[in-house]
Amino acid sequence: MSDTQTFLDTLKTRSQQRDAEPSWIAARRQAGAARFEALGFPTRRDEEWKYTDVRSIAQGNFALADNADFSPAQAAALTLPVDAYRLTFVDGVYAPALSDVDALPESVHVLPLSKALSENHEAVGGPLGRLTGVDFSTFAALNTAFMEEGAVVRIAPGTVVDKPILLQFLSRANATPVMSHPRILVEAGGRSEATLIEHYCGDLEAANFTNVVGEFMLDRGAILNHYKLQEAPLNDMHVASMHVEQGRDTRYTSYNLNLGGALVRNDLISDLNGQGAETNFFGLFFGQGRQHVDNHTKVNHNAPLTFSNENYKGILDDRAHGVFNGKVYVKRDSQKIEGFQSNQNLLLSDRAQIDAKPELEIYADDVKCSHGTTTGQLDEEAIYALRTRGIDEATARGLLTLAFAGEVLDKVTLDAVAERVELAVAGKLPERFNLAGLVETAVALND
Amino acid sequence: MLQVTDLHVTVEDKEILKGLTLTINAGEVHAIMGPNGAGKSTLSAVIAGKDGYEVTQGSITFEGQDVLEMEIEERAQAGLLLGFQYPVEIPGVKNIYLLKSALNAQRKARGLDDMPAPEFMKLVKEKLGFMKMDASFLQRAVNEGFSGGEKKRNEILQMLVLQPKLAMLDEIDSGLDIDAMKVVADGVNSLRAQERAILLVTHYQRLLDYIVPDKVHVLVDGRIVKTGDAELAKQLEANGYEGIEESAA
Repeated sequence: MSDTQTFLDTLKTRSQQRDAEPSWIAARRQAGAARFEALGFPTRRDEEWKYTDVRSIAQGNFALADNADFSPAQAAALTLPVDAYRLTFVDGVYAPALSDVDALPESVHVLPLSKALSENHEAVGGPLGRLTGVDFSTFAALNTAFMEEGAVVRIAPGTVVDKPILLQFLSRANATPVMSHPRILVEAGGRSEATLIEHYCGDLEAANFTNVVGEFMLDRGAILNHYKLQEAPLNDMHVASMHVEQGRDTRYTSYNLNLGGALVRNDLISDLNGQGAETNFFGLFFGQGRQHVDNHTKVNHNAPLTFSNENYKGILDDRAHGVFNGKVYVKRDSQKIEGFQSNQNLLLSDRAQIDAKPELEIYADDVKCSHGTTTGQLDEEAIYALRTRGIDEATARGLLTLAFAGEVLDKVTLDAVAERVELAVAGKLPERFNLAGLVETAVALND
Repeated sequence: MLQVTDLHVTVEDKEILKGLTLTINAGEVHAIMGPNGAGKSTLSAVIAGKDGYEVTQGSITFEGQDVLEMEIEERAQAGLLLGFQYPVEIPGVKNIYLLKSALNAQRKARGLDDMPAPEFMKLVKEKLGFMKMDASFLQRAVNEGFSGGEKKRNEILQMLVLQPKLAMLDEIDSGLDIDAMKVVADGVNSLRAQERAILLVTHYQRLLDYIVPDKVHVLVDGRIVKTGDAELAKQLEANGYEGIEESAA
């Protein structure tokens, strides 16, 4: 039996159980299945998957979850301490009891995809699949075939959303591993401003497969801050296919923070389609044990006077393997664009590995672009210097690792997120988070 | 306080210290002088615990403890602090963080709680003022982009905050102009106390005009060949090391 057949069989069983659904959804589902079958799972012969072996997904036999049971106490412990509008999904199934969107203003819609489809499926039918369709990748096609749940976010023009919108994905330790195929659809109206957080976490013993697809549409002047905090259990597999479309004068900022998962692949694409559009990709990936973390990013400068700024930092320990592939594409006659890209990697062990490939493809002559990648180790001289001041070696290493991450981590303005990342990459360090106040005190005292 | 006995040290199979003996008591300021390559920096590096130095013979004790059995950080926590000739830059680690972590690590090792923030800031502010540094230094990464003089002042600032029992200063005068030298010397002199000792390693006598030592040792070819008082440094300035080397030979 081929790898795809297992998934198609599961799909068939699911379709037989499902209630009748609008014909366009059934048609999309079929198109997704057909595309998935035609493409098959990628192998390392595919250039885009040269360094990432997905056999552990392809050869898996994943069930689909049928409930969202999760201990409230455990959920509370996992939830980011952020005052937010929250939707929670457990193994892909919507969990109303762990969600809280009651206080949403009328101009902001945050609802589970299932509800959006049952209430007004036509409103979803247009945008769904327009950016991240079945041709995006095998995984996007597979997601389309299985799509049932996820989050739909609509922000009316001119609305500044007062609190972050938190999408929480919990992974359980199941007897049989499960897969989920969430979809995230965000339509940010003109001049709206919002912060969206995707948060992946769960039972330490979980070993599930999450295959998420995201589509983000920013109308003229919209600002979207998009955090992804991926701290999935260490045996989880995680594939994300994200596509952002930016109109004139929009600003999209991605904070792609990957700490968990056994096998992780992120594809993130931004289309800068209108003058003045700006995209920022900040990424940090931390791998230990035998984790494999692959980030593929692409910025398409499709219009003149568009700006991109990318900074990805990788920290790899033990036998972890990281991949960074960042591409900046400048379309013909997209003049006066600026595209900057930087990728720096820190290897904490001799057996950790990174494959980094920055790419520039430019078809305009009046542009400002740069890219670069470096890989190094912790500075032993600096560790020695810190130890001679009485700081123990583990703390010294943590401090320097954190300092390496600093350029990206300093951009993270949500403290709750920054703290989780800091703890993961640097261990428990004394008092980093009350330093700002100290320095202010010092300045005041000096006056 | 510090007892170095018949210390032999090799670096990459080459013997650098060849039987060095030195006793430093609380309240004393010692200066070790000597020509380039005599092993001056090796001595302070071995006491601080730097990698790559093999002790083949002899011992170092500090307040009765075997220094060679202690981790680098334990030596610092016990009060043995080295000021570097070439302080390293530590990008991304703020001075204020270094000072606070280092001080609290030392306090923890001595069974004390962290110093409360207001008290800590008062202490740091006072020491900053003494070293003629402004508060912006605290927010800057350790030594990053500092001038040579700023780096040396920063080393002394750390000493003033951490209050070591034995401060070892390796060529703290190198690269300093006369004004910076005075600030650094004032800082070092302020550390002089009955319960504390200072070990200066220097190539030049000039520093000793500002920090007058109780004892001067001449280190030549891995051994202390002569010990005297501050006058000895002046003789060295006038006559160079040649005469001493000859008399030692």
